[in-house]
Amino acid sequence: MNCVLGPDNILHDTLLFRVIYEGVGNVLPCGLSYVVAGLAIMMLLVNGVLLGAGLFSWVERRLIGRFHNRIGPNRWGPFGSLQPLADLVKLLFKEDLTPRGADRIVFAIVPVAMLAPVVLMMAVVPFAKDTALANLNVGVLYILAVTSITSIAIFMAGWSSDNRYAMWGASRGVAILISYEVPVVMSLLGVVLVAGSMSLDDVVSAQTVPFLLVQPLAFFVFFAGTSAELNRTPFDLAEAESEIIAGYHIEYSGVKFALIQAAEFGAVLTSSAVMVTLFLSGWSGPVSNYLGWAWFLMKIGVLAFIFSWVRATFPRLRIDQLLAFAWKFLLPLSIINLFATALEVYFLRDGSGALDTTDLWIMAGINFGVAFGCLLIFGTLIKEKVRPAGPITGATLSPGEAD
Amino acid sequence: MYGINLVKGLMVTMKNLTKRPFTVQYPEERVKQHPRFRGEEFVWYEERCTGCASCAKYCPLGIIEIVTTPSETAPAEGDKYKLEVFDIAINRCMFCGLCVEACPYDALFMGSGFEQGQYSRKNMVINIDHLRQAEKRPSTYFRPQLEDSGYDPGGGRPLHWQEVGREGWQWHQKEKAGMRIDRPVPSDLLEQEPPVDSSFVEDSEAAPTPVEEAE
Repeated sequence: MNCVLGPDNILHDTLLFRVIYEGVGNVLPCGLSYVVAGLAIMMLLVNGVLLGAGLFSWVERRLIGRFHNRIGPNRWGPFGSLQPLADLVKLLFKEDLTPRGADRIVFAIVPVAMLAPVVLMMAVVPFAKDTALANLNVGVLYILAVTSITSIAIFMAGWSSDNRYAMWGASRGVAILISYEVPVVMSLLGVVLVAGSMSLDDVVSAQTVPFLLVQPLAFFVFFAGTSAELNRTPFDLAEAESEIIAGYHIEYSGVKFALIQAAEFGAVLTSSAVMVTLFLSGWSGPVSNYLGWAWFLMKIGVLAFIFSWVRATFPRLRIDQLLAFAWKFLLPLSIINLFATALEVYFLRDGSGALDTTDLWIMAGINFGVAFGCLLIFGTLIKEKVRPAGPITGATLSPGEAD
Repeated sequence: MYGINLVKGLMVTMKNLTKRPFTVQYPEERVKQHPRFRGEEFVWYEERCTGCASCAKYCPLGIIEIVTTPSETAPAEGDKYKLEVFDIAINRCMFCGLCVEACPYDALFMGSGFEQGQYSRKNMVINIDHLRQAEKRPSTYFRPQLEDSGYDPGGGRPLHWQEVGREGWQWHQKEKAGMRIDRPVPSDLLEQEPPVDSSFVEDSEAAPTPVEEAE
C-alpha cells in the first residue's frame, strides 16, 4: 500500500477509483497510478454511456414499433438485439463526407463536442453509494453548465455544414435550447432549496421522500424541458425529418453520424440518470442499499420508457407553439413552484435549516394542491380562443335576391 | 383541466402496446390468400388442352403464342392437336383472366403464386416446358366447380387434371335463358350415325400443315 488518497482529494469518495489507485500503486509510482486509475474510470464511463446508447437505440425502436402495432428490428440476434451492432458496422463502412464549402475543423469537432457533454454529465451522478466519479459540491450547477455545451455544438454543426437546412435546424435548436434552459434552471432551484445542497450526493440523501412527490411541478417542467433539449419528438424541430430533412446533422455521414446518433441516444440515458438522481431518490431503494446500481438502472429504464412513450405518441409542435409553451406555460409554472417551495421551506425548517420527513410530506401535499390549481387556472387561461359561429350578416343573399 | 387530452393520447398508444403486432413477417409467414387470386404462372393441363388456341385469340394483348400440328390420329376421330409452342409473355400480361374465361375445356387456369421475380425480361416468357413442370395449384378464378368443392390453392394440394373439369358439375344442366333442359332428343338423331367428313381426314394425312396462331 504505497499510495493512499488523502481525504481532501476530490476523488476520495469514489470507491472504484480508490481501489484501482491503491492497487496499481503497488506496482507503479503514485503519479502514474493516479493517471491509470483516472483513465480506467473514464474508459468505463465513456464505454458505459456508448453501450447504453446502443442498447437504448434498440430498445426504443422495439418499443416504438410495438406502440405502433409493428414489431421493430427483429432480424439479427435474439429479438433483433444485435441491430445496433449492425447499424454501427454499416455506418463505419460508409464514406465520411465533408461538404466542399464546409468549415473543416469545426465540422470535424462537432461529433465529439456533442458526445462530450453527455459523458461529462455522468461524472457527477452517483450510481450507488460512493460511486460518483466526483462528488462536486456544485453538482447541479455543473450539470446545467455542461448541458449548455450541446447548444453550441448544434450551432457549430449548422454553421460549418454550409447547408441551408442545417442552418435552419441549428437556429431552431438554439432557440429551443435557450428558451428551455430558463424553466429548467428555475425548476431545479426548487429541488436545491429543499435539499439544501447542490451536491448530487446530498440531494440523494435528502430524499427520504422522493422529490417527485415533493416537487411535482418541478419534475414536470424539468421533464418537458429536458425532452426539448434532447430534441425528442414533441420538440424535435431542430431535426424535423419531414420539414428540414435532418436539421443540423444533415451533412454528417459515416462515423461522425454514428457519434451524433450515439450522443442523442446517450443523452436520453444521462438525462434520465440526472432526473433519477434529482427527483426519484437516486440509488436508494426500498430494500437494500447494496443494490443501489440496480435500483438506479431500473429507475433509468422507467424514465427512458416514458421518453419513448411520449415520442411514440405526440406529433411535432410548431416553433411558435413550442416557444410559447416554454415562456407562457413552463416558466410561470416553475416560478410559482419556486415561490411556493421557498415559502414552505421558510416556514417548515427547524433551527438548523433542515427538513425532516414529516415536513417533506406536508410539502408534498401542498405542492400537489398547487400543481393541480395551476393546471386548472392555466387550462382556462390558455384555452384556445375559437370564435363562435354566429349568424353571418351582410354577405348572405335571401332566396328572392339570388336570381 | 389543462393537458388532460395529452394523457388521453398517451393512453391510446399504451393500449396499442398491449396489442399483438399487425406485421406479417413475409418470408416466414404469409397472409391468407383469396382462392380466386389471379396469380402468376398459369396452370395448364396438357391432357385437357385440345390446342384450339381460344386463349390466344381472346388475349387482348396478344401475348400467347400457340403452334399446333395435327397428331397421328385425326381430330375428327376424337383425338386432338399436338402442341409444339405455348408461350405466354408474362411480363406483358395484365392478369385480366380472359384466356381462362375463353378456355372451353377447362385446360387453362390462373395460377396462385406471386413469386416469379426474374433478373431478365427474357426469363419472363413462360414456354411449354415451364407450363408442364409448373406446380398444378390452380386459382379458382372463373372456375366455380373448384370453388364449390372448397379448394384453396394457398394451402391446398396440387390438383390432377381429372379433378378440375366441369364434368361432375351440375351447372350446365340447369335451365338458362333460351334453353330447355328436358328437351326431348329428336328421334332421327338417335338412330343416325355421327357423320364423318372423310375428305378432311384424307387431306390432313396427305399434307400435315401446322395450324399456326401467332401473336
